[in-house]
Amino acid sequence: MSTLTTATVPTKWWSGGKSPFNVEYGKLMMWYFLMSDAFTFGAFLIAYGTVRFSTNGWPDPNHVFKSYPFASESTFAPLVFVSIMTFILIISSVTMVLAVKAGQEMNKRKVVVNLILTIIGGLAFLSCQAWEWNHLHHEGAWWGHNPFLNADGTQSTTNFTNFFFTITGFHGFHVFSGVIINIIMLIMTLNGVFEKRGHYLMIEKAGLYWHFVDLVWVFVFTCFYLI
Amino acid sequence: MSNEAVLHAPTTTITHHHDAHADHGHEHHHHETFITKYVFSQDHKMIAKQFLITGMVWAVLGGLMSVLFRLQLGYPDAKFPWLQDLLGKFWVEDGKITAQAYYALVTTHGTVLVFFVLTAGLSGTFANFLIPLQIGARDMASPFMNMLSYWFFFAASCVMLSSLFVETGPFSGGWTAYPPLSALGQASPGSKTGMDLWLIAMALFVVSSLLGGLNYIATVLNMRTKGMSMTRMPLTIWALFFTAVLGVLSFPVLFSGFILLIFDRNFGTSFYLSDLYVNGVTLPNEGGSAILFQHLFWFLGHPEVYIILLPAMGMVSEILSTNARKPIFGYIAMIGSLFAIAILAFLVWAHHMFVTGLNPFLGSIFVLLTLLIAVPSAIKVFNWLTTLWRGNIRFTPGMLFAIGFVSLFISGGLTGIWLGNSALDIHLHDTYFVIAHFHIVMGVASMFGMFAGVYHWYPKMYGRYLNNTLAYTHFWITLIGAYLIFWPMHYQGLAGMPRRYYDYSIWESFKQFAELNRFISTVAMVVFATQLLFLFNFFYSIFKGRKVTNQNPWGSTTLEWTAPIRPGHGNWPGEIPEVHRWAYDYGKDGRDFVPQTEPVGANESHH
Repeated sequence: MSTLTTATVPTKWWSGGKSPFNVEYGKLMMWYFLMSDAFTFGAFLIAYGTVRFSTNGWPDPNHVFKSYPFASESTFAPLVFVSIMTFILIISSVTMVLAVKAGQEMNKRKVVVNLILTIIGGLAFLSCQAWEWNHLHHEGAWWGHNPFLNADGTQSTTNFTNFFFTITGFHGFHVFSGVIINIIMLIMTLNGVFEKRGHYLMIEKAGLYWHFVDLVWVFVFTCFYLI
Repeated sequence: MSNEAVLHAPTTTITHHHDAHADHGHEHHHHETFITKYVFSQDHKMIAKQFLITGMVWAVLGGLMSVLFRLQLGYPDAKFPWLQDLLGKFWVEDGKITAQAYYALVTTHGTVLVFFVLTAGLSGTFANFLIPLQIGARDMASPFMNMLSYWFFFAASCVMLSSLFVETGPFSGGWTAYPPLSALGQASPGSKTGMDLWLIAMALFVVSSLLGGLNYIATVLNMRTKGMSMTRMPLTIWALFFTAVLGVLSFPVLFSGFILLIFDRNFGTSFYLSDLYVNGVTLPNEGGSAILFQHLFWFLGHPEVYIILLPAMGMVSEILSTNARKPIFGYIAMIGSLFAIAILAFLVWAHHMFVTGLNPFLGSIFVLLTLLIAVPSAIKVFNWLTTLWRGNIRFTPGMLFAIGFVSLFISGGLTGIWLGNSALDIHLHDTYFVIAHFHIVMGVASMFGMFAGVYHWYPKMYGRYLNNTLAYTHFWITLIGAYLIFWPMHYQGLAGMPRRYYDYSIWESFKQFAELNRFISTVAMVVFATQLLFLFNFFYSIFKGRKVTNQNPWGSTTLEWTAPIRPGHGNWPGEIPEVHRWAYDYGKDGRDFVPQTEPVGANESHH
């Protein structure tokens, strides 16, 4: 059976002695790790959906996320600030792609520049999130405290803030670890580690993680700010 | 350098050899200290032994706990002042095991056996030991992550162990840790510090299982030796591969559930809490759902039973075929059924929740999906039986335990068909019927798979044999004992006897079972004592067992038996063997067996 098939099949990607996906083990592990992490976030968002679906009222995100730094109390700028945050994170994904591409071209200087831009993007996103959390905290929102009213004016459940802070916090922690990973990649690049190795595969793996964290934000953003 | 060129580079530096594998082999000839060889080892074989021995320590502790609570169930009126001297007042007061201690014992027994023994101890041991040896690799894809995986497990073990010694006792709300009991410290002494430690231990355990699982998957996919196509792999590897995939995809969901639980416990959230009164005090929590935790928990919890079972199934397939001197029957069907089980494992979790108020229509869908698992399970059972059919069977201890596994899997599997029906479950849920079912089909069966694996691969692990007389005694008492313990529980369950009660003698309906309970407890103690025979055999034989002189003592076809009797780090001293055929050429063309490394002859028949 097996002896027959391998003799007749022309491509031998799966017949052993090489990686069937043409990747080294680290990238394969990263993909599986990301699948695993997708399940973590999936579970969070489904939990959030379940509780929200079984709750009578929910605050209107347009009225919760309506401010930006240095704005007056009465400003009504729904989702403007979070759009900027999202834009920053997506741009940082673009610079990450450029870093990966520069790595494939073995262009050390370009890798360094784009990694620095990515790190700045990540830090900018984290700062925005820190400001937003701080702002909401000053309005009385925290785990277990929800000052916002439902869209129909009735008292709202604390699960709005509970889920918001837990899930955006968990995502923010991922961004934070992504920034740390990118900083390590930057130091290794500057020290010429990858040049000596002859490849910038580590940057590609860090890039996969970074894009994943961005992708997760798209879902978190949709679930908390848009619907 | 292209992607192609860095393939298979096992270390971070790129070598210019074409065969990076071969290069990896002599990297480890440098002097190894005690620490790097036995403690922080990166050799998959040593890590496997570390998992095995830690798992055995937990098995003894977990088993001892069951003896203690069986003591309470079998002899509810007896007093054991000597136990009080031994264990202290928290556990035993006035010579009686306290109710609090009883629940702590039941909970810890479950957690420890399910996660620490049958997950880490079973797949941690055999995935580590067998994957590189059977697919022809020098080591795991990442030996360093592999080492971390063990040490995270060790850390989890330490935290779990320490929870036994805190003043308010270990967690006592059942291994499923349902809120609100697990979420509210004021609800029970065990829900205080003990529960915090339980959660920390389990979080560490999830990390360990993730690190290990990623490694197993990457190794199986990427590191197979030349000629080892996926459909030439031994079924052990297929089973361990699916186990790793299950773990990598289901543990993160449990992890999310635990994070929400940690927030509920410590940060005033109400994810799982709503409308609660504790000791007459109204709690402010509102809007949460306790059922939500059950969904998150069982999304792991159900795949978890297959994480436990699949490695045992894989090893049993391998051992049955080797010792029946026959090819495994239906090799592709075996892989297909493993795959079907792995998929269905994710689609049946709500059968643990039929009576939680689940929509009956939804329940009926879960009944259908649950009963579907009977199909791949039956395929596997029939394939095992047909592998044995007219085989030239050698009753080695490993083989006996493998046959015992098949017996237990059938007995326990059949009651699964009862429990999978939501209507029957109204009567049977949370009774001793459930206890009997899952202990036989998952607990004892996987334990048998593990024993089979240890007896079969012990010569490869330590280069010595276990004592057969002790092994046969161990097998027969354990098999008969397992049935004597769990078979009567079916009747108790059918009579409605609920699980997790501290004392049945005060219930008019269950007084009739007093003697049966005493009988079960007595057998449990005998079986536990018999396991000490195995322990003695295991540790004695490491040092004093009969030495293995034959490189391939069982006449096996697989690659691990082409390695030296005591393989060093790197497994094969020279080149890695190349594979030319599948793993089950037994009794072919008048030959007893044909190793995988032997090229296919010109006149050879097809199997």
